[in-house]
Formats: sequence, structure tokens, C-alpha cells
Amino acid sequence: MTTIKHEIRRGAYYDSVVLMQLQRGLLTLPDVLDAGVVMATQANCDLLAANQLLPASVASSPDDLLVVVKAASDSAASDALRQVDALLAKRRTSMAEDFRPRSLSAAAKQLPEANWVLISVPGRYAAGVARETLELGKNVFLYSDNVSLEDEIALKKTAREKGLLVMGPDCGTAIINGIGLGFANRVRRGDIGVIGASGTGTQAVTAQIHNLGAGISHAIGTGGRDLKLDVGAITAHQALDLLARDDETKVIVLVSKPPSPEVATSLISAAQRAGKPVVVYFIGYPPPARKIGNLHFAISLSEAAELAVEIKNWKPETKSQVSSLYLRGLFSGGTLAYETLLGLQSFLSPIYSNAPITNYQLLKDPLKSEAHSIIDLGDEFFMVGRLHPMIDNDLRIRRMKQEADDSEVGMILFDVVLGEGSHLDPAGELVPVIKEMREKRLETGDLEFVAMVIGTDDDPQNLESQVSQLQDAGVTVFRTAAEAVEYISLRFSVIKKNDFTPVNLEQLKQPLAAVNVGLESFYDSLISQGAQAVHVEWRPPAGGNEKLASLLARMKK
Amino acid sequence: MRYGAYSEEVLKKLHWMNDVLGTSLADALAVSNGIDMRALIAEALHMGDEGHNRNKAGSLIYLKLLAPLIAKTTKDSAAMAEVMQFIGDNALSVLNPVMAACKAMTDAAHGVEGSTIVTTMARNGTDFGIRVSGLGEKQWFTAPAEIPVGLFFSGFSQADANPDIGDSAITETAGIGGFAMATAPAIVTFVGGTPKDAMNATLEMYEITFTESKFFTMPSLDFRGTPTGIDLRKVVELGITPRINTGIAHKNAGVGQVGAGLVRPPLKLFEDALLAFAEKYNI
Repeated sequence: MTTIKHEIRRGAYYDSVVLMQLQRGLLTLPDVLDAGVVMATQANCDLLAANQLLPASVASSPDDLLVVVKAASDSAASDALRQVDALLAKRRTSMAEDFRPRSLSAAAKQLPEANWVLISVPGRYAAGVARETLELGKNVFLYSDNVSLEDEIALKKTAREKGLLVMGPDCGTAIINGIGLGFANRVRRGDIGVIGASGTGTQAVTAQIHNLGAGISHAIGTGGRDLKLDVGAITAHQALDLLARDDETKVIVLVSKPPSPEVATSLISAAQRAGKPVVVYFIGYPPPARKIGNLHFAISLSEAAELAVEIKNWKPETKSQVSSLYLRGLFSGGTLAYETLLGLQSFLSPIYSNAPITNYQLLKDPLKSEAHSIIDLGDEFFMVGRLHPMIDNDLRIRRMKQEADDSEVGMILFDVVLGEGSHLDPAGELVPVIKEMREKRLETGDLEFVAMVIGTDDDPQNLESQVSQLQDAGVTVFRTAAEAVEYISLRFSVIKKNDFTPVNLEQLKQPLAAVNVGLESFYDSLISQGAQAVHVEWRPPAGGNEKLASLLARMKK
Repeated sequence: MRYGAYSEEVLKKLHWMNDVLGTSLADALAVSNGIDMRALIAEALHMGDEGHNRNKAGSLIYLKLLAPLIAKTTKDSAAMAEVMQFIGDNALSVLNPVMAACKAMTDAAHGVEGSTIVTTMARNGTDFGIRVSGLGEKQWFTAPAEIPVGLFFSGFSQADANPDIGDSAITETAGIGGFAMATAPAIVTFVGGTPKDAMNATLEMYEITFTESKFFTMPSLDFRGTPTGIDLRKVVELGITPRINTGIAHKNAGVGQVGAGLVRPPLKLFEDALLAFAEKYNI
């Protein structure tokens, strides 16, 4: 007769590899039909139930080891349970010759050169281990998930102050100095650095770079939430700064799932300052252009890899003078306004419009610009009792004067759309006003005009004369929105000193030595790659006794 | 002789110790500048002793230091010979002064406000007790003592062993004995171990101690100091209890020592002490 027997071991923590080996061991015993060995979390219990392996009444907590055996007879089940210790011990004697420290601090003493700590303990313990790691002055590779957002933010802020990296939580992949941490492909060393908020994304890009014959300097993981607004891409910013300073890295690839728009803007403007080419692929985020300055925007993981490999002999462009004032775009063409906004939103922040792409960009009052603004003057709001600005320049001229009077405005952008039906000499009407406004700001000389002229040499307005009139008045003229966007984005790129302690680059260049806390397979993988590593035989604090554990936590403060 | 042995021979020896050995030592010490026990222990640790179960080297150093003094003060040459023979023959003769030295060191650590360091571990054959620096002078935490595991003199077996007994665990409390196993690989066979196990025993004790001794170092660990100052918090957090090298007494009165081996105090002592500590300091 089939029976199910089980045994609970309170506060006995084993990593999943051990549990699987034990389970496999139980299945080889006579008359055992099925076996389940799990840490008794709710999810694991559900899994057992789904396999008809959950005994009727089990009072267990997530820190308990639950061993369940289904056997052909009662005695076979009991015999199997009696083998648990022997099966666990069998493995232990074959493994543990060298001392296995039980605490991070002991491991750190055993391998003082370890600059990295890999953490893959259950989520609710992970933040505590990560905190201890930072206190020891080491970088964190945090594989564990189920770490709260508050903990993530606090950890990353502490790390930033100390000039350390917290890769994660939920960081699957990193490659430091040729050694893969967590899940990583074996790739050759090279001059491409990768920053990845997505583990598999990083794997796909690094593997493809290898397959294309190039190699990786370092691949730094950030964890999936790093580019969310609350976290503010702390790790990605540190990584960008680090790889920008690293002479061995010639090209940087930045890969993430859709970031928060504000975070995307701050990262992209930081990337503009990297001083080397950066390939950006934000999955699902509209690229502002194919290429702007040192930035290349990819549309897929594999293309990101291809771009990174193709960029050769890049030379920094001579830096144009950068404005710290605001841009005001005054458009007659709605689509031109929209495309300009789409391009600039990656670079200028905050940016507002009466025709926004996302709601938070909506200008409160279309008559009053704020910060950077892109105004569609052809919008219905302005059209009541008035001719379209492509025919009548009056509204635009008045708005130009309004913007020019604002001392915070450093650039006025406008479109000139030629062709049938349009005003016959728009430049002729605009140029005197532009001259007058530039005159007014002559002393500071910080008001610039940029125009995009849309038209052909067959248009009735005479394209050539329109352009030269504008240029003679000191207007910078472009023929497409994309070119204008590239120019503007470089003119406004924020020069900002990093407000954090830089991560020590030398640490990255030393042969990798690490402490592993959690999944033993990560330790095995470090050793097989030739890295120095120490594995911590980690257990939940105070054997999982929550009262004592919280007492201890308070005593540490 | 030790551990409750009781016979005609024992009584005779005790009388001799009182009348001859005691007088001779007292006279010898009276003309000395004292014996620097800390230096003696440090030197013995470099010679394969751990200072609790193995005191072969320490006892010989002890004899070397005492011999000229005894020669100076004990006039009767027969008694002088007996005394020196006794100190030299008994591989544990220095253990008592070592324990006294350890007690002096740990007492100095007791009564420090807010300290979670364990300052006493003692066993009386039924219970194991500890005291903690930041708690009361007379505040003991006790639980039933475990039965040590080890090697037995011929004719005796594990079944004869009494629960843990003795005050010599003061050596571990001070950071030597079981804590300094790395320097005494010769005696790991007590628990059927290898020299590597001796090393690991000391490494394990670093996990639960506050610091490393400035004075007692171990060549095999590149002269690292012995793990010193058992920290209640670390014991409870990691679930690692102190490792104590100990003699094993027979469970029947009068038989005495029947072996030597390894024992650990119950974890409950430390948990109880931690709770009491939290209560006292409103944590």
C-alpha cells in the first residue's frame, strides 16, 4: 500500500543543490516511489501539493527543511527517512576538506584580497548580508531576488558613498576582469564594456560580441530595478563612470529593459560625457536617432553587439560650447515638433510641450513656457480666429519676443516650412525680429537661434535665399529635424560633476577574488574559471529563530 | 589522581603534595621574581601544546624555570629530587598554574558594562554554566552538561563517561585549549581527526570570538593570535558553540579520569544569556 511520510527539520538551511542531491539519493532507495526535499516556503509546498506529495497537515515555516517520501510500504518510507542523515553526510565528507567559514567576516579574513561578494541567499536575508559586505568595504554581486525596494535604495546609496558597486538585487550576470559571476558565457577579453540591467540581455550581447570576434573588458550588472525612478540608476551611473575611466574599455554598451524616462535622460546625458562611444539599447524605448555624437542607438540586442564591434578608431569631436540655459522650440509643423520632442526627451530634462509624448510632459499653460519647452503653434488652441503659422508669422514673432525676454532662455528653435500654400518669404519676416532680439542680448551673447528649413529647390520661396537670409542673421540652419536634434542635444548636454565617490578602478583590474554566500554552484564556477574564492557555509542567523535574530540585528546597530 | 579518583594511593600522594611538594614550591617561589605564566603559555604554544589537554612542553618549561629555584631553597636532596621528578614526569603539571593564569585574565574581562564576552565556562558533572562580562557577577546560565566524546584508557569506553565535568574550560574561555588546536595537531587523534581538522577547529573558533590574542600566536597559522573572547552574539547568530578539549571522568564516583576528548556547551546557555542581556540593556 502506498504511503507518504515526512520529516521536518527546524531551521536547517541547505542550498538547493544539496536538496536536489538528497532527493535523488532518496529516489534510489528500495520501494521509494517519489520524494520531495524542499525548504518549506509556501511556493515549495504548493509545488509538493501539485505532485501529490504534500502531507495532509504540515506545520512548517519557510526556514524548515521538509523531507517527504512516498513509498510502496510504510516500512520502506520510514527506512528512507532514516537515510537522510547518511545521504547528507556522504556528500559532506567528499567535499569539505578545507575549512568552510560560516560567516562573511571569517571568509573575508581567509581571503583578504577578495573584493567581491556573491550573495544568493534567500531574499529576506540577502540585504543583511549585502550590508555586511559593504561594511567590509567590498563590492556586492546580489543574485537574490525578493529584496525590498527600500533595501535596494539604501544599499545602493551606502555603496555610492563608499565608492562600491551593488550589482543587483536580481542580478544574474556580470563579467569582471574575465571572470563570469553568476550566469555568464565564456567570452574572450576585449575592449568592449557592457552595462546591463538585464542578465540575459547582457548574456546575449556579450555572447554575440564574442561570436563576432571581439571581446569584453568588463560586464557590469545593475539588477532589473536599477533604472526605475526610485532607484535612479545609481549602479548604472557608477558603472558608466567606471568604464569611462577604464583605458582598456574602448566602447561601452548600455542595455536595459524600458527605463523610467527621467532616468533614461540622466543616463544618456552621462553617456554623452563618457568620452568614448556608447551603444545604447533600451528595450522598448524609442531611440531619438541612430547616432548622436558619441551615442549609437540600437534597435535589438544583436544590433547593439554589432554596433559595438563595428565602431573603430573613434575620435572625440571637438566640444561645442555648452549652454546651461533653456531651449524653446516654436513650431508651425506639429509632426516636426513631435519628432523633435521625441529626440530631445532623451537629453533635456525636464522638457514640456503642449503636444506631449507622455502625460508628465504636458505644459500647464500653452502660453507660458517652462524649462525646456517644445510648442506646437499650429495646435487648435492657438488657431481660434487666426491663420496657421505657416501662412501668418505674427503669432510666432510675438512668442519669439516673449521667449527672448526670458533671460533663462539660451536657444530658440523654429521650423520654416516652405512649399505651395506657405508664406512666400518667412525668412524675410523673421530675420529683422531675430536681429533685434540678438541685439538686445548682445551683452551676454547667450541667445542662439536654430532653424530647420523644410523645402526643395523647386519651391516658390527660393530655398537658397531663405537659408542664406537666416544664416546671415546668425541662425544655425538644418534641413532635417534629426540633424537639429543631434546639434541641440550636444549643445545642451549637461556638464555635471559626479556627485559620488568614484569606484576604485584598480579593484576591477586585479585578478578576481571573491567570497560566495549562497549557491555553491557559483563558487564551483569561480574556481573552475581560475578565480580565487571562498565559500561561506551560510545558515539563517540564530538557526532561523526570528526573535533571537531580530535581537541580534538590533545589537549590531 | 584527577577527576574524583579516590584510593589509598591517591591519599598518600595528596599528603606528599601537601607536605613536600607544596613547601618546596612555596620556598622556591619566595626567592623568585614570580613566574611569567603568559610568556610560558606563549612559548608552549610554539612547542605543540594547546594549553589544556596537551601541556607536555609547558610542564617542561615550568620545570626548567623552577629547577634552579628549588635547588636553591630545598635543602634535602632526596626531597628535591622527588619534587623535580614529579613535575617533570607529570605532563599536566603546569595545567593548574595555566588555569590560574587564565582565570586571572578572564576575571579582568568581567564586569565590563555592555560587554557580551563570555568570562567563565565551568562544568560540575551535571550542569554546564557560563557567565557573561556585561551581566551580573553571580549571574550564571546553566543547562545539563553534555557527555564528552573521545578516546578512552584501555578497559574503559564511551559508556563509562560522565557528563562533562571540571573547571579547566577556563583555558578555552581565555582563548587557548580547544581554541588553539591548530598549534597542537598531535592531539587531534582524541577525536579521530587529522591535522587539518586541528586547523579547522581553530578557524571555526575565530567565527565566534571577538579578537585574536596579541600574546598567544600559532606558527601553523602564520603566527595568527589565538581566537580570544567568546562573543555571545556570534555564538547565537552562527549556532557555533565553543569547542572544549577535556578530560573524561568515570560516571561512578572514585574511579577518576578514564579518557580525554571533546565537548561543547549546550547552545541554550548562550541563547538564555542573550535574552537576559537584551532585557538588562533594554534592547
